[in-house]
Amino acid sequence: MSKDNLSDFVYLDHAASTPMREQAIAAMAPYMSGMYANPSGSHRFARIARKAIDEARDDVAEAIGCKAGEIVFTSGGTEGDNATIFGAARRHGGIAVCSAAEHHAVLHCVENLNGQVVAVDSTGAINVAELERVLQDPQNAGRVNVVSVMAVNNEVGSISPLRQVAKVVRANAPGAILHTDAVQATCWQDLREISKLVDVLTVSAHKFGGPKGMGVTMQRIGLEIDPLIVGGGQERDRRSGTHNVGGIMATAAALRETDSTRDAEIIRVTKLRDALVDAVMSELDDVFETVAREKRVPGIAHLCVSGCESESILFLLDEAMICASAASACASGAMEPSHVLLAMGVDAKYSAGALRMSLGHTTTEQDIDRASSALIAAVNQLRRNKTALRVSASK
Amino acid sequence: MKVLVAMSGGVDSSVAAAELIDQGHQVVGVTMRLWGGESDTGCCSVSDVDDARRVAQQLGIDHLVFNFSEDFNKHVVAPYVQAHVDGITPNPCIECNRHLKFDRLSERARILGFDAVATGHHAQITRDAENVYHLTRGHDELKDQSYVVYMLDQTELAYTVFPVGHLTKAQVRDRAVELGLRTATKPDSQDVCFISRTGGRETFLGHRIEFRKATVVTSDGVLAGAVDALELVTIGQRKGLGLPGGGPKQFVVDVDTPNARVVIGSEDQLLRSGLAVNNVMWADQAPAIGSTVLVQCSAHGAALPALVQSLSPLVLEFEVAQRRIAPGQSVVCYDVTNSFVIGGGIADASNPKNGACL
Repeated sequence: MSKDNLSDFVYLDHAASTPMREQAIAAMAPYMSGMYANPSGSHRFARIARKAIDEARDDVAEAIGCKAGEIVFTSGGTEGDNATIFGAARRHGGIAVCSAAEHHAVLHCVENLNGQVVAVDSTGAINVAELERVLQDPQNAGRVNVVSVMAVNNEVGSISPLRQVAKVVRANAPGAILHTDAVQATCWQDLREISKLVDVLTVSAHKFGGPKGMGVTMQRIGLEIDPLIVGGGQERDRRSGTHNVGGIMATAAALRETDSTRDAEIIRVTKLRDALVDAVMSELDDVFETVAREKRVPGIAHLCVSGCESESILFLLDEAMICASAASACASGAMEPSHVLLAMGVDAKYSAGALRMSLGHTTTEQDIDRASSALIAAVNQLRRNKTALRVSASK
Repeated sequence: MKVLVAMSGGVDSSVAAAELIDQGHQVVGVTMRLWGGESDTGCCSVSDVDDARRVAQQLGIDHLVFNFSEDFNKHVVAPYVQAHVDGITPNPCIECNRHLKFDRLSERARILGFDAVATGHHAQITRDAENVYHLTRGHDELKDQSYVVYMLDQTELAYTVFPVGHLTKAQVRDRAVELGLRTATKPDSQDVCFISRTGGRETFLGHRIEFRKATVVTSDGVLAGAVDALELVTIGQRKGLGLPGGGPKQFVVDVDTPNARVVIGSEDQLLRSGLAVNNVMWADQAPAIGSTVLVQCSAHGAALPALVQSLSPLVLEFEVAQRRIAPGQSVVCYDVTNSFVIGGGIADASNPKNGACL
C-alpha cells in the first residue's frame, strides 16, 4: 500500500463525484479527436456530430422517461437548478419555495430571490404539512411560481416524499412549476418514477459516471422559463452555447449503464453499506446513523460521532488512505457547518462529528473492510488523545 | 518530527514550511479559516488560502484547511467589538494567537498525533542549561514578534517551532525567491485581518454597534468639542476631536465611557509613573519583587525599564514616566538584557493605577 499509488486508496466519496464509467470514456474520446465539429454547422462533419447528440438525447430521454424534446443539456446540476429557479422568476416574478435541506445550488437561488424556505423533518426530508401551510398562506396564494424539492438529500441521503409534495403543490399552487434536483437520485432511483411527478428535473453527469461539467435538465414543453444563458439559441433557445458533444455522448453512455445496472447495484451496495455501518457501530460507542436506513438511498452512510470533530476524522482517514467527506466545502476548502444537519435539528455535540461515506459502482467488499477498521482506529485515537490532553491540562 | 505548520499564505509561513522540510521533518501545512465575512486583507481571505495551498503544492507537502471561524468569532471578533463599547483597547492579533494558533490549533495538532506546531512568527525558542524554554526575540530586530506570542508557557513553548525566527526578513524573502514561491514579494499584513481596507474600522463597528456621541472636555471640565463616535476615540489621539485650530497640542488623556466624555489635556497630563497589569502569565517563573524588567506595550514599541512593585496585581513602576498605557493594551515584560520574554498580561482597566489621574 503506497500513498503514491492512487489505486491503493479506498474511495468513499461517490456522492461528491464517482469515477467515470469505461463506457462513458470510450463514448467521449472520438468526439475530441476525429469528430470534432460543431454540430450546428452545415457540413458532413457537423451532421455526424448532430446525429450523435440526437441519438444521445433519445437515450437520455428514455432513461428519464420523457420526450427527447424535453431534454436540455447543461453544464451540470448547479446550472440546471439556477436556470430553473431564476428562469421562472425572470418570466413571472412571484415566490420561489424550497426545502431547508436543499443543495446550495437551489437554496442560494431561493434566498437570493427572497423566497420561502420550508422546514424539514428529522430525516432531512421536507415537512409536507409545512409546505402545504406555506402554499395556503393567503399572502402566498396564487403567487408561488416555483417549488423546488430535492429527490434525495446529498449529505445524509434521505429520500423526499415527492409523491406527496406533488399532490400538495398541484392542489394548492396549480400554477407553480414543480422542480426536483435529482442529482443524488440517479444511481439509486428510477428517474422515470420521479419525472412523472414533476415539471423540471435536473441531474449531474459526474454523479453517475459521466464527466464533470455536464448535466441534463428535463423541462416539460411549454413551461414559461426564461433561459439563463442566451446566445446562439442551441437547445431550442433554452440553453445557448456550443454543444459539448463528447460530454453529451459520455453522459448518455453513463446514464444508459446506470439505468441498466441500477436494480442489481441497489442490492449489492445496500449490503456493503450496511456491513460498513454495522462494523463501525458494533465497535464504537456514541455513534449514530443520522437517518434510518430505510429512509435513505443505498449509497450513503452518514454517521455522527460524538467527541470527535469531522476535520480530525477526515485527516486521520486520509492518512489511512480512505477518502470520505463531512459536509460541503466552501471556496477556501474549509468544511462548513452543515445546514442540513442544522435544519434536521441534530444536536451540535453530534453534528460536529458528522461523517459521510458514500459508495458507488466501484466500491468493493475489501474497501468496506479497510474503511471500517480505519474509522474505528481513527475515532479511538481521537477520543483517547482528547482524554489524555484533558487529564494533563487538569494536572 | 511530524510538524503541522500554520500557513497563512504569507511569505514567512511559506518559508517556515520550507525550512522544516529542509531539516528533514515530516511536514503538513494547514491554513486556518478564521473569518467568514468580507475581507480584502490579512490572513483569512480565499486568495490567501490559495497562496498557502499553492506554496504547499510547490514544496510537495499536503495542505489542509481547518475551519475555526466559530472560535475566531467568539474569541477575537466579538471581544474586539465589545472592547470598543467598553472603551478598552482591543488586541485582536494577540487574542488570535492565544486562542486560535496556540490553543485551538495546537490542541488539534496534539489530538491528530503531531509532535509540534510551527508558525512563521519572527521569534525564537531557546532552552537554557536548566532546560527552561525561553521565548527569545526574533533575530531581525525590526520584525521581532515575540510581543504578540508572549502568552506561550513552558508546555506550549516545548510544542512550538518558529522556523524563521533566526532569519532576517530579507533572508526570508531571498529564500522564497530562491524557491520560486509566489508569496516571495507579498507585502506584510498590516491591519486587522477581518476589517476591509475599503470599509475600515468605522464601517465594521458601525454594522455591529450603535455609536455614541460624546462631548470633548478639558481636564477642568470645560466643553471643547464633540465627537460622533466615542467608541473610535483612543487615548493619546490628537486629531478628529472637533477642536478649533491653534493653541497648544491637545491629546486625549481619558475616555470616560460611562459619561460619554472624552477628556483632553497636554502631553504632561498623559504621563504616568507606572501601570497595573492583569491576566498575567509567566513563561517560567515570576520575577522577584523589586527587580527590574523591560516593559513593552505595543508590537513595535521600545522596551522600557521598570521596577516590579507587586505581583498580584502586577504593578510596574517606570524609571522614567511614560505616556499612559490604554487599558486593554498588552503589556509584555522582557529580561534586563532585552532578549527574552518573562511574561505579560493586559493593562488593567479597573485598576486606579491605570485610570485618569485628574
